[in-house]
Amino acid sequence: MWGQLLAILYRDLLSEWRAREVVIGMLVMALLTLLVFNFAFDLTGAQRAASGSGAFWVAVVFATLLGLGRMTARERQDGAWEGLVLAPVERSVIYVAKLLSMVLFVAIVELVALVVLAALFDLPVLRPGVLVVLALGTVGLCALGTLFSVMTAQAKAREVLLPALLFPLAIPVVIGGVRAMMLELSGAGAEAAPWKSLLGGFAVLFGALSVLTFGVVVEE
Amino acid sequence: MTSSTPVLRCDEPILIVDGLTKRYGWKTALSEVSFSVAPGTCLLIVGPNGAGKTTLLRILAGLTRPTAGTISWFGHAHQVVPVEVRARLGVVTHRTMLDPDLTVAENLFYYARLYRVAEPSVRVREVAELVDVVDRLHERVRQLSRGLQQRVALARAFLHRPDVLLLDEPDTGLDRASRERLRALLDRYRERGGTVLLTTHAHEFGLEVATWALYLDRGRVVWTAADPTQVRAQLTGTDIPVVPV
Amino acid sequence: MAKRSSGLSWLAVLGGTSFVLVALSVAMIFLYAPADATQGDVQRLFYLHLPAAWLAYVSFFIIFVSSIAFLLRGTPFWDRLARSAAELGFIFTTLVLLTGSIWGRPIWGTWWTWDARLTTTLILWFIYLGYFLLRAYITDPERGARYAAVLGIVGFVDIPIIHMSVRWWRTLHPQPIVVRSEGPNMPTEMLVTMLVTLVAFIVLYLFLLIVKYRIETVRDAVLELRAETAN
Repeated sequence: MWGQLLAILYRDLLSEWRAREVVIGMLVMALLTLLVFNFAFDLTGAQRAASGSGAFWVAVVFATLLGLGRMTARERQDGAWEGLVLAPVERSVIYVAKLLSMVLFVAIVELVALVVLAALFDLPVLRPGVLVVLALGTVGLCALGTLFSVMTAQAKAREVLLPALLFPLAIPVVIGGVRAMMLELSGAGAEAAPWKSLLGGFAVLFGALSVLTFGVVVEE
Repeated sequence: MTSSTPVLRCDEPILIVDGLTKRYGWKTALSEVSFSVAPGTCLLIVGPNGAGKTTLLRILAGLTRPTAGTISWFGHAHQVVPVEVRARLGVVTHRTMLDPDLTVAENLFYYARLYRVAEPSVRVREVAELVDVVDRLHERVRQLSRGLQQRVALARAFLHRPDVLLLDEPDTGLDRASRERLRALLDRYRERGGTVLLTTHAHEFGLEVATWALYLDRGRVVWTAADPTQVRAQLTGTDIPVVPV
Repeated sequence: MAKRSSGLSWLAVLGGTSFVLVALSVAMIFLYAPADATQGDVQRLFYLHLPAAWLAYVSFFIIFVSSIAFLLRGTPFWDRLARSAAELGFIFTTLVLLTGSIWGRPIWGTWWTWDARLTTTLILWFIYLGYFLLRAYITDPERGARYAAVLGIVGFVDIPIIHMSVRWWRTLHPQPIVVRSEGPNMPTEMLVTMLVTLVAFIVLYLFLLIVKYRIETVRDAVLELRAETAN
């Protein structure tokens, strides 16, 4: 089981390393979103902890949606996904592997976006508290995202359906992520504790639920 | 072929399909398809485009679920193809299931690990020799011709020494030499006790490897032919062109 | 035939009862219950607003239970029930949002307020929408039912979490408008009207659910027939 998990993970990461399609796309999306937000809202004023956190999480959500879509499209192009479904691999193992690689890609994008946030908007982002918030929120977002990306994999549906399903259900992550990050950036990290528990609980709950139901959605 | 699973008695069918139906909205892809496959045989599923051949193979392989009906692999009926059964099937479809950015060796190693093949490096070499791609092992799949990619896809299917091969139009786009090679492979595979189910659109190739056949049209089994001579007789009577290779 | 006609009459009785009850509740809403001291006649919308809200959420609960049952049992009954409850639930959710908005306008001066409950209901509306989109985009009926069941389960489990996060979001940020749907002491007439309307709507809901279920059964049968004859 672990061998299979590592094999899937290794293959996904190696493939992305060679092609570099998905992560680059996600990065561009995230950075452009931050840029646009700067013109839409005041990200440099006194309220910048709040608006910066908001802009950041919107960028992350958009980048994640794009990443999920590209990943699913890529593996279905030559039938690599079919090959995986055909193999004697437990569905939960496939899910965890896909979740881990997605979290890694989003994490890379987040780190770059954080650096941009720090440099351009003078925000103290490299605090452990902020990183904890990111970690918890990202796992929760990707947990649901990975499940829904398989459900919406058909080309006709994907672009409309994935956001339609993920946006409403991931709202707690956005609310919690933005609030917690804002508090951390303003130095009120202790107050962020309930939000962090919400994010953590969300990640655990929907990770578990997705592991249980993934086998149901894997076959077409 | 595999040692850990119980061996069926010779007369027990390796696969029983009963009343298989598959619908998409108001279109029917398969309707009440029933047949059984004896071990060691080579079943040719033939029919015009859109007859449901690919859909049938996909359901048997476990890529999609039927709307109604049951499948029994190796004597056990199930709704969903279980892990133990998937380990004994080798499937080749229209798509190669290979990652174009990885090398042939990397792709084969990946599948060897997925199928928990013992001594993967040895086995990867073996299957590469089987389809004659050893000299291309370290090239990226993207750089190979379509025909070569198909050979690697076939090698992939053999990695775990499956009991059954499900091949969807394996002869499409192959040149004469490759077709010969494929036929020889399948003959040897069956000599060792393997069972083959393959679909073909229209070719002499299918006729030469099949021990029996069934004809699908618009999702229904129109006729079955129990032995090679019957197969030939039936096929030449239909309007499917039998193109000599 | 005899069995079928007795089934029809049972449903007709239910339909008749719901009609009577709804008529009664409408009468009570306008004639029996007094106008609210502060809010005036507009407050009467509340009698519709509350039952609609209950039914919107109960519908999703039905979807939740049906989804689990469908994944465990696989019988089409559960899938049809989920579909029926989804349609009714969506209608009632829309009703909650509309009545809430119309009620709010004269009271608060705005068409919308980001009150925790109303916001959660808005999100619920979008979840329903996603549910319908999912079913609409997938042509394979077996697959659509399976995927919708997973969405039904995940969606329902998320609703309390969404509500909690929205409420925290609201309470930690004081809102300009405080919504009071019921006063500290509700006169008995209002309470009774409320209860009657609630019962009326529950009965109406049951009637509509059964009718919708039957329509779905016929729809499935027609689809099957059409598929078979198309060959």
